[in-house]
Amino acid sequence: MENRIDMKEKIAAMKPSAVWSEAGDGMFRVPATSFRSLAEKLRHEEGFDFLRSLTGMDWGEEGLGCVYHLENTSTGENVVLAAIDPDRENAGIPSVHDLWKGADFNEREAYDFFGIKFLGHPDLRRLFLRDDWKGHPLRKDYDSSLNPLNMENEETSNDAPSYEMTKDGSYILKRHPLFEDQEYVINIGPQHPATHGVLRFLVSLEGETIKKIDVHSGYIHRGIEKLCESLTYPQTLGFTDRLDYLGAMQNRHALCACIEKAMGLEVSERIQCIRTIMDELQRIDSHLLFVSCLCQDMGALTVFFFGFRDREKVLDILEQTTGGRLIQTYNTIGGVQADIHPEFVKKVKEFIKYMRPKLNEYHEVFTGNVIARQRLIGTGVLSREDAISFGATGGTGRASGWACDVRKRHPYAMYGKVDFKEIVLHNGDCFDRYMVRMLEIEQSLNIIEQLIDNIPEGEWQMKVKPVIKLPEGSWYTAVEGSRGEFGVYIESRGDKSPYRMKFRSTGLPLVSCIDTISRNAKIADLIAIGGTLDYVVPDIDR
Amino acid sequence: MFDFGIVTNWIHTQLTSVMPDGLAIFLECLMIGICLLLLYVIIAIIMIYMERKVCAAFQCRLGPTRVGPWGSIQVICDVFKMLTKEIITIRHSDKFLYNLAPYMVILASVMAFACIPISRGMEILDFNVGILFFMAASSIGIVGILLAGWSSNSKYSLIGAMRSGAQMISYELSVGLSILTIVVLTDTMQFSEIVMRQADGWFIFKGHIPAVIAFVIYLIAGNAEVNRGPFDLPEAESELTAGYHTEYSGMHFGLFYVAEFVNLFIISGIAATIFLGGWMPLHIPGWDGFNAVMDWIPGFIWFFAKAFFIVWLLMWIKWTFPRLRIDQILTLEWKYLVPIGLLNLLLMVIVVVFKLHF
Repeated sequence: MENRIDMKEKIAAMKPSAVWSEAGDGMFRVPATSFRSLAEKLRHEEGFDFLRSLTGMDWGEEGLGCVYHLENTSTGENVVLAAIDPDRENAGIPSVHDLWKGADFNEREAYDFFGIKFLGHPDLRRLFLRDDWKGHPLRKDYDSSLNPLNMENEETSNDAPSYEMTKDGSYILKRHPLFEDQEYVINIGPQHPATHGVLRFLVSLEGETIKKIDVHSGYIHRGIEKLCESLTYPQTLGFTDRLDYLGAMQNRHALCACIEKAMGLEVSERIQCIRTIMDELQRIDSHLLFVSCLCQDMGALTVFFFGFRDREKVLDILEQTTGGRLIQTYNTIGGVQADIHPEFVKKVKEFIKYMRPKLNEYHEVFTGNVIARQRLIGTGVLSREDAISFGATGGTGRASGWACDVRKRHPYAMYGKVDFKEIVLHNGDCFDRYMVRMLEIEQSLNIIEQLIDNIPEGEWQMKVKPVIKLPEGSWYTAVEGSRGEFGVYIESRGDKSPYRMKFRSTGLPLVSCIDTISRNAKIADLIAIGGTLDYVVPDIDR
Repeated sequence: MFDFGIVTNWIHTQLTSVMPDGLAIFLECLMIGICLLLLYVIIAIIMIYMERKVCAAFQCRLGPTRVGPWGSIQVICDVFKMLTKEIITIRHSDKFLYNLAPYMVILASVMAFACIPISRGMEILDFNVGILFFMAASSIGIVGILLAGWSSNSKYSLIGAMRSGAQMISYELSVGLSILTIVVLTDTMQFSEIVMRQADGWFIFKGHIPAVIAFVIYLIAGNAEVNRGPFDLPEAESELTAGYHTEYSGMHFGLFYVAEFVNLFIISGIAATIFLGGWMPLHIPGWDGFNAVMDWIPGFIWFFAKAFFIVWLLMWIKWTFPRLRIDQILTLEWKYLVPIGLLNLLLMVIVVVFKLHF
């Protein structure tokens, strides 16, 4: 958010109705009616091509709306917009799904949680909740007694509603069928070995060729964002590990960093160093699992076991210090839960020495395999433009030639001080997505190697008041999770619990682009594409 | 070399001395049938155990270790488990075809299994067009798989069945061509004759270049023919959950499962018979002492050693390679294996006509 001052004047000139509000990171508040033209200008004239996060909001008296975090990928400028519609009953905000493709799913989410109608959105179904859910749960006036435990099966509806505004200000609801009657539609998921969790694809086939995919998610939606609103800040930490369970460290790091930023707390070098090492260990863990699962999906079970053999070593190291293997619960506000184990440094060094030669084993068995190359090279190509537009960050974006690593874009913790290469490949196919992860394991080892001998002395937990109250304002902090940018957006009203807490899912953009890149591929390719996109379902559903 | 025919002839004379010919032959058929099925089951159990242990070895694991010494009873327990499970019939399925399908598969498998000569005089089905019969019998399995996919009323099953139809019918061609190459070399289609002609050297040595090419093609095509990885598309568990047998449970699934493993053994057994001499010991012309020592090892040991060696080769391939895609599998067959197979057949004809073989 470096060049905000320049943008401030520009936006004020573009849209006089945009009001700058200072609290926290600061944002422009725009009335819903003039939002669309401002968004178009920012997208086309100023080059803000990356929608980092889209957050639905309920500002009470002020109305409903959305917060948009935008970034210009060529200059690195950031801007935060808020579109507000004061009409609580019939809130409507123009859709921006044609400007940023990633907005498609995010707007469906905001509709689901807040009942905001996105005008012009072609497919405004609920994303997570059941179609027969009453009300919109994240609104402040939501009555939870409306939805008792429902034991009925959900009917699958086959049409997509969309809203259009007439000249007199009322809405027309239109419905379009998702699939034609004659289409051969096959269900992949929610219980399916290749969806890596409970995610459901409705796939329309012609022979073995995929014509269209409709993604259904929400099967393990737990309402974490809603739950956070009733918990104190330290209590909210527990949820982050359960979002992307292969990025437990980084997720919690993001939330702690966001709260610390809002508190104005600087953590000691030792804490930052430990957090960085832990993040990278977690990344290695996640990437090893990625390789294993990809190989398993493609029928090469041997590599699957190689991956688990090596991942075990990482888990052992993590377990020794944190006590957890999957759910780490390690970072805390202003520090970490416990100091590193006395043997931590030794074990990590042993692991680095062990892991480097083992990587060749993967290359020998899988990377060089003629069938693997045939299957992966050239399938599921995601272009750079699409990757940015969808907001597909992480290894997927970097395989498409987009240097989207948060560790380089907005360095945090120790990443500004260590020397590592951001792996960027350019074909955007499955093979590059696979290779990015393999090469990143090496880079993660490099980072750990530079830090492990130089962990500074100091305290591992700063002094923090038992009851944490954040000042009024809104903050967004992102870290590079195992599979992309993981962001936390907090809006505080000065209480000890957040007014709104939003997690920018790393997986949602990845899943939203699956329809685009799998068209005209084969079923077997869909499995390879799903495997290389590397999404984790609890992170999508939240 | 011990001739098992002595035993069978003795049984035959004993039986005919106490009862009429017709009854004796009927009883013999019954005995052979029981022995065949027993052997079939034993082979299946050995194969499943071997699969688990071999794949464990490739994957830095131990495989079954708990039940019995080295987990040897594990498979038998699994068989019992399979036998006691409920056979679920699903709604809106074609009940008759749905129940018929696994038996078609197992029938084809047993008939093909009966063709394999295990030791001297230990052939069950052995006549002058044995190879044709073997090809015909093993092809019936495709019908079973197609029926299973069609009658299950499941989209996964149907796609799996379609894949297997396309794949198995295509690869039948390559299997046929590579066997034909050896038939050209031997000028017989009788399995026992084929083995006897290898007394002075196995065909893979005698037929040299074309025989080796045919052997490699046979291994690839045979592997595809029995739906094993990397050609296991019909059941591709990560794509189609279990392909054509998704909807089967209990022993009906068990029959598919057992047939798959025994088919693997059959393919390996036939490869051992026509390329590696079957039960014929390793003979090197001129080395009479060596040949005599080799003859001390019984024929069935030679046969099983060769067959399981090829099984091991195929397992190695399965556990190392990722799965192919349907278009790649058909490309491999129609654009590479069939033309190569045809040229190889021509090459073999030239070799035979000009007597270039050993």
